Amino acid sequence: MRDIVQASNLVEVENVYFGYDQREILKNINLVVPKGRVVAIMGLSGCGKTTLLRLIGGALVPDRGEIRVAGRVVNKLAADELLALRRKMGMLFQFGALFTDMSSFDNVAFQMREHTKLSEPLIRNLALLKLQAVGLRGAADLMPSELSGGMARRVALARSIALDPMLMMYDEPFTGLDPISLGVIGQLIRRLNDSLGATSIVVTHDVAEALELVDYVYYMAAGKVEFHGTPAEVRAAGLPSLRQFVYGEPDGPVPFHFPAPEYRQDLLAQ
Amino acid sequence: MTRIADLMRALGARIVNNWIWRLGFACRFLWLTLRESGPSFRRFHLTIREIYFAGVLSLIIILVSGLFVGMVLGLQGYDTLVRYGSSEALGVLVSLSLERELGPVVAGLLFARRAGSAITAEVGLMKATEQLSAMEMMAVDPIARVVAPRFWAGVISMPLLAALFSAMGVFGGYLVGVQLIGVDEGSFWSQMQAAVDFREDILNGVIKSFVFGIAVSWIAVYEGYDAPPTAEGVSGATTRTVVTSSLAILALDFVLTALMFRGQ
Repeated sequence: MRDIVQASNLVEVENVYFGYDQREILKNINLVVPKGRVVAIMGLSGCGKTTLLRLIGGALVPDRGEIRVAGRVVNKLAADELLALRRKMGMLFQFGALFTDMSSFDNVAFQMREHTKLSEPLIRNLALLKLQAVGLRGAADLMPSELSGGMARRVALARSIALDPMLMMYDEPFTGLDPISLGVIGQLIRRLNDSLGATSIVVTHDVAEALELVDYVYYMAAGKVEFHGTPAEVRAAGLPSLRQFVYGEPDGPVPFHFPAPEYRQDLLAQ
Repeated sequence: MTRIADLMRALGARIVNNWIWRLGFACRFLWLTLRESGPSFRRFHLTIREIYFAGVLSLIIILVSGLFVGMVLGLQGYDTLVRYGSSEALGVLVSLSLERELGPVVAGLLFARRAGSAITAEVGLMKATEQLSAMEMMAVDPIARVVAPRFWAGVISMPLLAALFSAMGVFGGYLVGVQLIGVDEGSFWSQMQAAVDFREDILNGVIKSFVFGIAVSWIAVYEGYDAPPTAEGVSGATTRTVVTSSLAILALDFVLTALMFRGQ
């Protein structure tokens, strides 16, 4: 996989297969995420991107293959080892998944209170630092129901970096955001990654935003990695399905119509 | 013949998939909840918060219902007793009916409707909005953090609510019997005092309400945790909590009554 393999990798996914019941979702996935980089996993809705993220986080176990994070095989860890590893991972869920019964501040302080023995004044300062990093220190006392979609996403981002994770995972971070919030989140992903010295995986189908932001792209279709390369390589790629995806063409290898009987026959059939 | 066989097969599959399968999961879930209860007890403020939501906020409906049930018992009881010339036994009738049966059962049914449904909806929505997954990804077990405190809050609240229901009911019976109808106050209380046995009547009632508390809380947290993560799934789970726990209370009440009061 060209030069990218040279750098030391934080995440390595090797020959991974996964399915629910009879339905195969992921087929022979191979990808690496080098330390310090922001890598996008792109593809159409339902192509298995989120499933892949859950596999890396250890929430699901692959049918075959191996997933390594920081040199440890996630799918073979004992429960307590997995919990220890997860403390070093942060995940931003699609709609934030803030705890609705806690204020923004308590959401950010949640992990610190659960996993550390820090004193309450210290937790307060740390949580405010994190909220300041996403520009929402002023919203510390607001409840999730009082936040706009974009703000909620930023609070969730502050919460996921609470314990300074080595690996950040973003599940569709741009979905349903207005252009300003979208830009803010994009910028934060990059800035936090670089300032925390973390490594990030961004699962998204928002092409324009992602190509501006990331170092490397994996394009998935129908449970397989179809293409990978730098954003420039993606833009220049000749692969028809990727072209259709990147330029948002309504019809192409991915058909506009869901498979159906022949139109005329269907209308005339009584 | 084959149609009958198909029908039987479908029925069998339904019973196995809908009932036995789910019952197995529910038992395993209860076991996990009990296993994770230790850590959750060490941070008892989590449970206290849930006791507030499940117990304290149910107080109004429990107290008002208790009062009315007691008042109705006073009226009905007097109407019957006076035919046999023993209206002064009204206190005994009211308090025994409440402590043995109506207190635990009606309080349990109200608790399932008021608190059980709320617990299911809350846990189900937490699941649907990925809050439980988020917690898992933060290396915090949702069973220890979310489920166990709610389960124990229900188990602790239920006997207290049933006791308050009965107390209010006795007061309601007193209001109607003594203050309104004019049954002798002395015999109302003294007969009650003489006839009600602590172990046989009060303690058995408390045991009943404790068992109902376990049943309702177990069903409520399980249905919430198991709910499909959609609006339809959560509403279905909430309905199932109310229906299943009401049936469970009535069935358990029969079993417990048969065990406790036989041979008397």
